[in-house]
Amino acid sequence: MPEEINLEIFNADPITEDVSDAAPDAPTKAATKAVPALDTAAESQQILNDEMNALGDAYARARQNGAPAETQPRLDYAPYRSSILRHPTKSLHHADPETIELYSPAFGHMDVHALEADLTIQHNGEPLGERILVSGRVLDGDGRPVAGQLVEIWQANSAGRYIHKRDQHPAPLDPNFTGVGRCITGADGSYSFTTIKPGAYPWKNHLNAWRPAHIHFSLFGQEFTQRIVTQMYFPGDALFALDPIYQSIVDQDARDRLVATYNHDQTKPEWALAYNWDIVLTGSKRTWTENEALGAEGDDHE
Amino acid sequence: MSNPTKLIPTPGQTVGPFYGYALPYAKDRELLAPGSAGSIRLQGTVYDGAGHPVPDAILEIWQADAEGQIPQRTGSLVRDGYTFTGFGRSAVGNTGAFTFTTVNPGPTEPGAAPFISVVVFARGLMNRLFTRVYLPENEAALAADPLLASLEPERRQTLIARRDPDGGLSWDIRLQGDGETVFLDFDGASAGADSAGDASK
Repeated sequence: MPEEINLEIFNADPITEDVSDAAPDAPTKAATKAVPALDTAAESQQILNDEMNALGDAYARARQNGAPAETQPRLDYAPYRSSILRHPTKSLHHADPETIELYSPAFGHMDVHALEADLTIQHNGEPLGERILVSGRVLDGDGRPVAGQLVEIWQANSAGRYIHKRDQHPAPLDPNFTGVGRCITGADGSYSFTTIKPGAYPWKNHLNAWRPAHIHFSLFGQEFTQRIVTQMYFPGDALFALDPIYQSIVDQDARDRLVATYNHDQTKPEWALAYNWDIVLTGSKRTWTENEALGAEGDDHE
Repeated sequence: MSNPTKLIPTPGQTVGPFYGYALPYAKDRELLAPGSAGSIRLQGTVYDGAGHPVPDAILEIWQADAEGQIPQRTGSLVRDGYTFTGFGRSAVGNTGAFTFTTVNPGPTEPGAAPFISVVVFARGLMNRLFTRVYLPENEAALAADPLLASLEPERRQTLIARRDPDGGLSWDIRLQGDGETVFLDFDGASAGADSAGDASK
């Protein structure tokens, strides 16, 4: 990770729906504490709640009639407006994974420095906010640890602001917090990050839309078919019921799999609170050798 | 889940709009140095259902080397300029375009049709999508490929790159609508991600 964050190299893609509509090149308004004008033509939370509730009710009825549980988000979930033109309309086509898909890129300590797992030491001072440890294990669908693989995270700061230059939410940036971390899982599939608890933030899906606090996670398995990107949430967030991204998973048990557990036993006394979150990837399609099943060292095996 | 002893996978979520300071890294799209011997450009554009470029998508590729060997070398995130790791990542630009510098993958088994495995993430895309891009040559191998053979001709075409005059590959991704790219499900009918349940509003 670069020492100095160069804002110009950040993803320069225009974000239209998800961020404040303040002009990107407008002078900073922090001094005047300006609040962006509300887009009163935007849809209300009530409209969104009605849509989300209707989809949830229909799912509950389908379940009662014997439909299988849905374990993944719906690709077609209209309450998240940006998904409307971005979901495939044809069913995913079943394929048996072949050769390259049955392996994963190898990552190791050549790629990731151990200090990248601590998001609170990347600058000269302590970031603001509630210091937390987030740890858990990455497992495959057969319960085997995913050893020696890459975990990447990114998140807003404690005020709910991303360092991304297109995030124009007028909450403070923290000069001591970038919000990016990486690690390589241990032989038992374990990962652990030290960070600060991210804040909730508004986005432009509808009027006064707020994302529940979350940390983005990117994960690799031992096979490329196991690749996922997801989000970890914090227990008891009042925004869950209002958030179309969380609600795009229509099954409550499945949603719960994205919510970390507070673990007082793993806190660092009088220094940091602790959350646990285990991640399960899809099942293996490959016949594993004995060595692989025992868990790789996770480093530079060639 | 058909097998109750299996663990249920954690759901995916959209990559969102703010991956740009987290996922890209130096030389992420350069599996080989551009212009080096044997290197080719894989390029294309990601489109939405209205035919507009998607400016906030990020792609990853994973492939065999030119001899068809599956790389198992570390160093994708910190490239040394010499080691071919087989993995690359490219966020699209404002025009939805992506570029990788790589090699033509060789067949991983004798007679197999060479392809590059691709995973697509985007703001507004609830979960990642898997697909493949095949090299356009060796029509006999393409015809014998189990996945391609299972597709109707027009859908099959969405997975086959065009060969550019400079030796590179061009291949676009259409998330929805006319010419919608074939996206893959490796887990059978159980995923329930796209159309299961009642989609009435």
